[in-house]
Amino acid sequence: MITIDKPTVDTWMQALTDGTLNLINELNAGSAVATAPEDNVTVEPEIGMIGVMTGGVTVARQLRDSAGLTLPLGQLNISFYRDDFSRIGLHPVVGASDIPFTVENRHIILVDDVLHTGRTIRAALNEIFDYGRPASVSLAVLVERQGRELPIQSDISGHQLSLSPDARIKLNTDTMTCDIREPQ
Amino acid sequence: MQNADIQLNEQGELKHFLTLDGLDRDTLTAVLDRAETFTSVNDKVVKKAPLLRGKTVANIFFENSTRTRTTFELAAKRLSADVLNLNLVTSSTKKGETLLDTLRNLEAMQCDMFVVRHGDSGAAHFIATHVAPGISVINGGDGQHSHPTQGMLDMFTIRRAKGAIEGLVVTIIGDILHSRVARSNIVALRTLGAAEIRIVAPRTLIPKYIEDMGVRVFNRVEQALEDADVVMGLRLQNERMQGGTIPSADEFYAMYGLTPERLRLAKPDAIVMHPGPTNRGVEIEGSVADGAQSVILQQVTFGIAVRMAVMAIAMGTTASDSGTAT
Repeated sequence: MITIDKPTVDTWMQALTDGTLNLINELNAGSAVATAPEDNVTVEPEIGMIGVMTGGVTVARQLRDSAGLTLPLGQLNISFYRDDFSRIGLHPVVGASDIPFTVENRHIILVDDVLHTGRTIRAALNEIFDYGRPASVSLAVLVERQGRELPIQSDISGHQLSLSPDARIKLNTDTMTCDIREPQ
Repeated sequence: MQNADIQLNEQGELKHFLTLDGLDRDTLTAVLDRAETFTSVNDKVVKKAPLLRGKTVANIFFENSTRTRTTFELAAKRLSADVLNLNLVTSSTKKGETLLDTLRNLEAMQCDMFVVRHGDSGAAHFIATHVAPGISVINGGDGQHSHPTQGMLDMFTIRRAKGAIEGLVVTIIGDILHSRVARSNIVALRTLGAAEIRIVAPRTLIPKYIEDMGVRVFNRVEQALEDADVVMGLRLQNERMQGGTIPSADEFYAMYGLTPERLRLAKPDAIVMHPGPTNRGVEIEGSVADGAQSVILQQVTFGIAVRMAVMAIAMGTTASDSGTAT
């Protein structure tokens, strides 16, 4: 097992923060266009951040703090939307989904710790749409690796890792270090 | 190796949900915690989770029921399952072969889960021992034996109101003899660490040896209510009584009815519960049922999340047992 130390993970976090701030600037600039001309009313979609439980919530919280943002933060427990229920049953209880803002017509920044197959993000997107129709969804991840099984990609990532398909990567949310386990 | 308890698989996970007897505190707490995660489904515009998409749940009711059947139906639908409602109110003497025949037919229709209510104690257990592997059986109430999802939704409601079950004094008033709800609640309250479980009813409505379940029996409702944290009324089960156990409904109300005056003997923040349907003016006064301390309608709401949790847990276990091992 290789452990990636906190200073290294911090640089990923910094890259993710910079990317997110750029994204927010773009979203805010773009929202001026999102008007309803027939009513002459400007509709400016607000921005909300949603972390995928549990790792993504920690990353989202840190990201919000390090970027000095005040936008509302929600959390998603995607276990009811997973595609492996028939094979492995329920995953351990990690708490309930909680989105403390309306999703309808809002720009959503979806945050997760690791992007790999894309299946988690597929499940998260389905759940988000059960809360309403967002103006847009952008994906921000701390780490991404190859091995996508779905046409899903990140908009911002803190770091890109090249790992063998069977390798396992885990973010330790308490120490903000990363464990990588290569197959035996 | 089959587990001695037929509702558990080899790993000790719930594959059926038949009774609360023999389930440990961790298992009951896991059901409550899981139910907690399902309450967020109500926050969504689309009040559904796609967990049981493609599965078929058959509600097989040999006894009349409105609340239990509809909340099971809603729970299954909110999990995106297809639901089949079978109302098979038949005489209990026909049980044996008719029951198995019904089962075989439902199996042939590719049902994945049976929710069973039956007037005979042990019916759900009987069905669970005879279904094809891969089918989960949930007990929606069997005779005077058990009503485990009602027990769990009552625990959920108490935990929401009081934070925990540990240390609480719970008073159950009414027809204990015929009540599977009372039995399931007593078992769950004991397992989850209630400080004291009190029951109070006319002697004729209290089963023999009930003290062995770890309850204190009272004859006077005023004594039983003193400093209680939770007050639970039970329906006077007219259809189960062959007559003669109580002089009259009026008499019962005079002696045991939950009135505002009597409720004042309990703790000021005591909650009032009732599994429904309530007989106003028989076991509970309308103003108490509708009062600030009443959580009777919350019990109904939470019943959906609890039944979703039980269905998801049992179906998840059965699916992973019969699917590919990972």
